[in-house]
Amino acid sequence: MQAQTRRPTRLFRNLSAKIASIPMILTALVIFAGGTIWTVVYSFTNSRLLPRLNFVGIEQYERLWSSTRWMISIQNLFIYGICMLIFSLVIGFILAALLDQKIRFENTFRSIFLYPFALSFIVTGLVWQWLLNPDFGLQQVVRDLGWTSFSFDPLYNTNIVIFGILIAALWQGTGLVMCLMLAGLRGIDEDIWKAARVDGIPMWKTYIFIVIPMMRGVLITSLVLIASGIVKVYDLVVAQTGGGPGIASEVPAKYVYDMMFQAQNLGQGFAASTMMLLSVLIVLIPWAYLEFGRRRHG
Amino acid sequence: MADIRTAATAAETDPTTAGWNGARSEPYGPRPRRIVSRRNIVVYGTLFVVAVYYLLPLYVMVVTSLKGMPEIRFGNIFAPPVEITFEPWVKAWAEACTGLNCDGLSRGFWNSVRITVPSVIASIAIASINGYALANWRFKGADTFFTILIIGAFIPYQVMLYPIVILLREMGLYGSIWGLVMVHSIFGMPILTLLFRNYFSSIPVELFKAARVDGAGFWGIYFKIMLPMSLPIFVVALIIQVTGIWNDFLFGVVYGRPDTYPMTVQLNNIVNSVQGVREYNVNMAATLLTGLVPLIIYFISGKLFVRGIAAGAVKG
Amino acid sequence: MSSVIVRDVSLSFGAVEVLKSLNLEIGKGEFLVLLGPSGCGKSTLLNCIAGLLDVTAGQIHINGKNVTWEEPKDRGIGMVFQSYALYPQMSVAGNLSFGLKNARLPKAEIAERVARAASILQIEPLLARRPAELSGGQRQRVAIGRALVRDVEVFLFDEPLSNLDAKLRGELRVEIKRLHQKLGNTMVYVTHDQIEAMTLADRIAVMKGGVIQQLDTPQEIYSRPVNRFVAGFIGSPGMNFFEGSIETNSAPVFKSGDISVDLSRYDFAGPGPEGRQVELGLRPEHVVLGHGADEMPVTAEVEVEIIEPMGSDTLVWTRYGGESLTVRAETDKVPRPGERVLVGFDPGRASIFDATHGERL
Repeated sequence: MQAQTRRPTRLFRNLSAKIASIPMILTALVIFAGGTIWTVVYSFTNSRLLPRLNFVGIEQYERLWSSTRWMISIQNLFIYGICMLIFSLVIGFILAALLDQKIRFENTFRSIFLYPFALSFIVTGLVWQWLLNPDFGLQQVVRDLGWTSFSFDPLYNTNIVIFGILIAALWQGTGLVMCLMLAGLRGIDEDIWKAARVDGIPMWKTYIFIVIPMMRGVLITSLVLIASGIVKVYDLVVAQTGGGPGIASEVPAKYVYDMMFQAQNLGQGFAASTMMLLSVLIVLIPWAYLEFGRRRHG
Repeated sequence: MADIRTAATAAETDPTTAGWNGARSEPYGPRPRRIVSRRNIVVYGTLFVVAVYYLLPLYVMVVTSLKGMPEIRFGNIFAPPVEITFEPWVKAWAEACTGLNCDGLSRGFWNSVRITVPSVIASIAIASINGYALANWRFKGADTFFTILIIGAFIPYQVMLYPIVILLREMGLYGSIWGLVMVHSIFGMPILTLLFRNYFSSIPVELFKAARVDGAGFWGIYFKIMLPMSLPIFVVALIIQVTGIWNDFLFGVVYGRPDTYPMTVQLNNIVNSVQGVREYNVNMAATLLTGLVPLIIYFISGKLFVRGIAAGAVKG
Repeated sequence: MSSVIVRDVSLSFGAVEVLKSLNLEIGKGEFLVLLGPSGCGKSTLLNCIAGLLDVTAGQIHINGKNVTWEEPKDRGIGMVFQSYALYPQMSVAGNLSFGLKNARLPKAEIAERVARAASILQIEPLLARRPAELSGGQRQRVAIGRALVRDVEVFLFDEPLSNLDAKLRGELRVEIKRLHQKLGNTMVYVTHDQIEAMTLADRIAVMKGGVIQQLDTPQEIYSRPVNRFVAGFIGSPGMNFFEGSIETNSAPVFKSGDISVDLSRYDFAGPGPEGRQVELGLRPEHVVLGHGADEMPVTAEVEVEIIEPMGSDTLVWTRYGGESLTVRAETDKVPRPGERVLVGFDPGRASIFDATHGERL
């Protein structure tokens, strides 16, 4: 019997890999985990110009939820979010289904639908600010055609300003959803279509009852991407309306920025960003639970 | 798909093919005509209308930027310019005012270049090594850090904005180009690491094993085996990062100073500055200029851009 | 002296135990085949020997050196993979020399070794090509060459022929055997293909569930499988099994329904089989059909259900005692479905397994 060797120290196995992963580890621990905890902790303080550990309980949150501007921001986000989810999923899917009909010029159409996605929100916001300009834009063009009472000035109308932003956001973002959906449609076994055709199932029924349920993964991906984009919406509003008219198109992300870097009210900014975090977690945790819980059970 | 069924109805309703079919006595029918079926009209018609909607803003941007202000004031935004002028472009590039300075977009453009180039290199280098380590050299705890990283991608940036301000200030990088480079490298990490991890995982693990039997180590395998095999995914990452960083606004405005503001911030300040008369043609020229870099990348890269979206998203 | 010793090796991934305290000694110059269904742990064991997986417990020795915690490159092994695993961006010569360059061998020596390996495998004309420009068989040769240049004592093969079509597989199988005879290296070869195992091996280790079921020569494994699993796994078409019990009067008799088989010619491994629930296993090629059947110790008349012509011979499906019985028959005397024919066999060539634990009796 030859001599036994002992297992070498765990720490030094894969040492290069561990050293190479230091940036990732630092980012994960210090920035993502540490930064988040820091902000949450400081949201319970009365920090103003500088962060101070002077705890005041939930005072910042009480102030936040009694602020008109925050309430409008939340309301806007809600309307914008729901509409964005529904419209971009529906339009994205319809466009993808149309492109999936073995049509000619598919690449051209796809390039056209997707190019706005390459543009920044600032560019998007400024273009649509110009297009929706009541004196020169769409409204004026229609009036010039003879319909003089025509009125479409979302950017100057407090009640519908959020829909003006939605139009721009849809223009920018549906291409992405379409692309994902198209990839999903292409991933479906050709034999499914053949089987449906042999069984004489109409195309729209095949889509609704067979294809869409099979695209669960792509749908969830799109949903998560759209949702995380919704919460982050900021640049678009800044460029297109600047939050106006008045405070009619404010959104939470802008509230946070303004509180932190303009109003020198850090505590409010921290509290507001913590609320944003909370809203994301409310969506994310059940999803992760469903997704990974199911996987674990096989 | 439903080609055959719809094509069959088309053959019934189309008098030319029906007549031709009747004239022959053979038991086989003619190949149905497909080009002008009702289904095709609906499909192409819808696509065409939607395409016009998508192209309109770009068109309006271009024509507006080529008009003089009087023409804009009295004309129609959709009308092509009567007299083409490039003056708005010159003005947007070199003279437009932000309220602080009046040297146009050029300053922002060069800032963006100086931010984007090192950020792209740093973020791709870090993320590809991370992805490689995660795919092939799993050490204990690696997956935990990766999970935090991916969750981090979903956390609104606003939550981490201020801690990073403090960090950069401590490091003396706040307001500098290098501070922005660091921020972009950090926030590019989750999606890029995921991209590279998935790609390297798709490379047969036997290749990695063979290289280990051949005596190559962590860096040897990365540089000699993985890197030469992965050029397409590096191009995809490049596209994602260049457009992403070029289009960034939030980090630029938070971590930059007026003299380091990237192009997007400069653009917003020019267009939305409250002073003076609004020159819509200059604004549109500036907007186009800012959008030009990602647009060029988009149209050159073509399918790779789509692949970048799919690779980054579908597997996520 | 042993070339490879695997002592009490266990490997777990979390709660899943892939290898269970496994022992194996491979002699110098031996060709050992690890055979088993997918998921039996045969590839895992090979990867542990190669050092590509860390064992949870136990020791591995190669050439008298304890290499349990050595890097793969320091173990004195060469390895050939199922997917060839050639580096796509390097030429054939680059693939062959990559390991030698990593070992910082002098240039002249590298060139010499590459040339030698290329001549042994007859791939000299391919040296400048890229893997993508090679056929499957050529790629596998290059992969073998990569192990060859390392000048090592032990070759590890991980299902090297599984990705090839049947004809090429046969050709390369012979070539590997020739290579083994020529070089005299120790070879450890993982496969799920029993033909490869039977034709190549000096000894076969049949594995299931992370445990070696039987380690023996191909002939012994074929004719005297130690348990029900090995008996069922080896042989194609598979062994016929009949459930029943053993009764002892003057001699032990196998009883199942209305059939009874006199087992006095059967060589029981241990005493006292009487009264047990057993399974009787019969290889299709040990059952004689038609002419000559009446000379066998046990005969029966059965009805033919299906015939499957296979070219060289024909498989005849019948029923015996309520269970399906397949018989390998020569092609020139094949009965028709529905015909009643006489079959016979020698119980001495049968295998009897305990019905509960499956061990050979």
